[in-house]
Amino acid sequence: MPIRQVSIFLENRLGRLSEVVSLLAKNSINIRALALADKADYGILRLIVNDTDRALEILRQELFSVNETPVLAVEVDDRPGGLAEVLAILVQNSINVEYMYAFVAKSGGKAVVVLRVEDLEKAERVLSYNERKLLREEEIQGL
Amino acid sequence: MAEFVYFQKEIETLPESKLKALQLERLQRLAAYVQQKVPFYQKAFAASHLEPDRISSLNDLRYFPLTSKAALRDHYPFGLFALPLNQVVELHASSGTTGKMTVVGYSAADIKLWSTVMARSLACAGVVKGDIVHNAYGYGLFTGGLGIHFGALELGVTVVPASSGQTRRQLDLMADFKSTVLTCTPSYSLYVAEEARNYGLDPLSFSLRVGVFGAEPWSEGMRKQIEKEWGLLALDIYGLSEIIGPGVAMECPGQEGLHIWADHFLPEVIDPKTGEPLEEGQEGELVITTLTKEALPLIRYRTGDIVTLTTERCPHCERTMPRISKILGRIDDMLIIRGINVFPSQIESVLLKIPEVAPHYQLVVTREHHLDRLEVQVEVSPEVFSDEVKKLEELQQRVLSEIESTLGISVTVKLVEPKSIERSQGKAKRVIDQRQI
Repeated sequence: MPIRQVSIFLENRLGRLSEVVSLLAKNSINIRALALADKADYGILRLIVNDTDRALEILRQELFSVNETPVLAVEVDDRPGGLAEVLAILVQNSINVEYMYAFVAKSGGKAVVVLRVEDLEKAERVLSYNERKLLREEEIQGL
Repeated sequence: MAEFVYFQKEIETLPESKLKALQLERLQRLAAYVQQKVPFYQKAFAASHLEPDRISSLNDLRYFPLTSKAALRDHYPFGLFALPLNQVVELHASSGTTGKMTVVGYSAADIKLWSTVMARSLACAGVVKGDIVHNAYGYGLFTGGLGIHFGALELGVTVVPASSGQTRRQLDLMADFKSTVLTCTPSYSLYVAEEARNYGLDPLSFSLRVGVFGAEPWSEGMRKQIEKEWGLLALDIYGLSEIIGPGVAMECPGQEGLHIWADHFLPEVIDPKTGEPLEEGQEGELVITTLTKEALPLIRYRTGDIVTLTTERCPHCERTMPRISKILGRIDDMLIIRGINVFPSQIESVLLKIPEVAPHYQLVVTREHHLDRLEVQVEVSPEVFSDEVKKLEELQQRVLSEIESTLGISVTVKLVEPKSIERSQGKAKRVIDQRQI
């Protein structure tokens, strides 16, 4: 089950990141995980939040270029090799990872990573087949 | 004190009354010629009830219709030519205001004319036989390189067709050949001086004594800097491809205005808003009538350049040709980037062809190390915004290559947030020129 990630286009200028984060804070939106892809002139801020709809609404009101991107949140054993096992499953099935980043919070003692892959359905299928737990949006909000 | 040299002394120093008589005779002939050969002028003359055989004085010029750059665009490519193409020996083109190119054509006699006025211009700068002219204007569709080249051949001096770019090689050529004259844009001359020092060469150790600089506006401050850097006499040349290319007007070593070769190019200054001729000395738009061109004769062509015009005698040389000031500005939003004319509307027409980008753009012009840099800022709308960096990069690259292939100059493209480009009264401020010239 994919979860929704909020992606925001940001120019590289002083204080821009802080403005977005403050805007979300002001509206009581909690960031569960985040990653920033940075290029020379711009960046893409990727967020998993506790209230995706509300976050999108607020950001759009403030005229940010925003979209929602489906990603997978996968539980990973919190030990050396835990992540490698999950990625090996994807490699064996020829699934390319575009980007990934980790949650701060744990889920039942396990670490959680966000994965963006080319073929989402296939990734979902093979991970489930290999008994890897994919978190749903409601579960994320509880973390 | 500099020595004054003339290529065609008799005509260049013609008494004013004789010059006027010659201009009138040529204007009468031109009017009859274009009426017969160019349907556009035939219609325009009829619309303003103008009968060429009734022109009795140069003052009648004010009744002639003005010709704008748009007329060239509307008759793309050869619609304003007065000669069939089999009598046109050379074509040049520059990117027009909205994507379509501006094409100019020359007959064999026009090339001879161009060579002559350019030879006059080089001589006016003090270039003589024995000089080696290092010509770093671009060769190609741009008229700068070939115009200087033709003039040097006509004058009988040695020309090195270096063209633009490859600065290190340019320095080697100038040093080894002991070139005495440099022709390029004024900003490029400063860039070359800076590069020379980067290679451990002293610009003052070169043999350059005269610089013929043009194709972009430059200040007296910049002139002093160039002269100090190279130890040469820096002179301003004026021209535009529609009229002929470089060689329309040239400064003499007195550095007090550019002598316009008015036996071929009849100058006027008009109020750009009303189109009415202005009194001598008043600032306005330079309008030129090509008195002797065959392939593309133009009546009262609006250059878009703001100047003042004077017929007062030059306090330095013996030329009687009227003088225009340095270019004081433009009537439109045309930018000159490394000597190449760029209209914001050209960028807009390119962006309109790429449906993914918003037609909101801003141009930021800076000058770094004496080289102009044009940054095109494009807004990333929510519709086009992709979570994938790869897709944004592709878009950026597409905008870049479309603009570069249309304009023929290199730019940088920056993606900016939506609505970040300032909109004032519904119309965006398109150009931010941060160059300090």
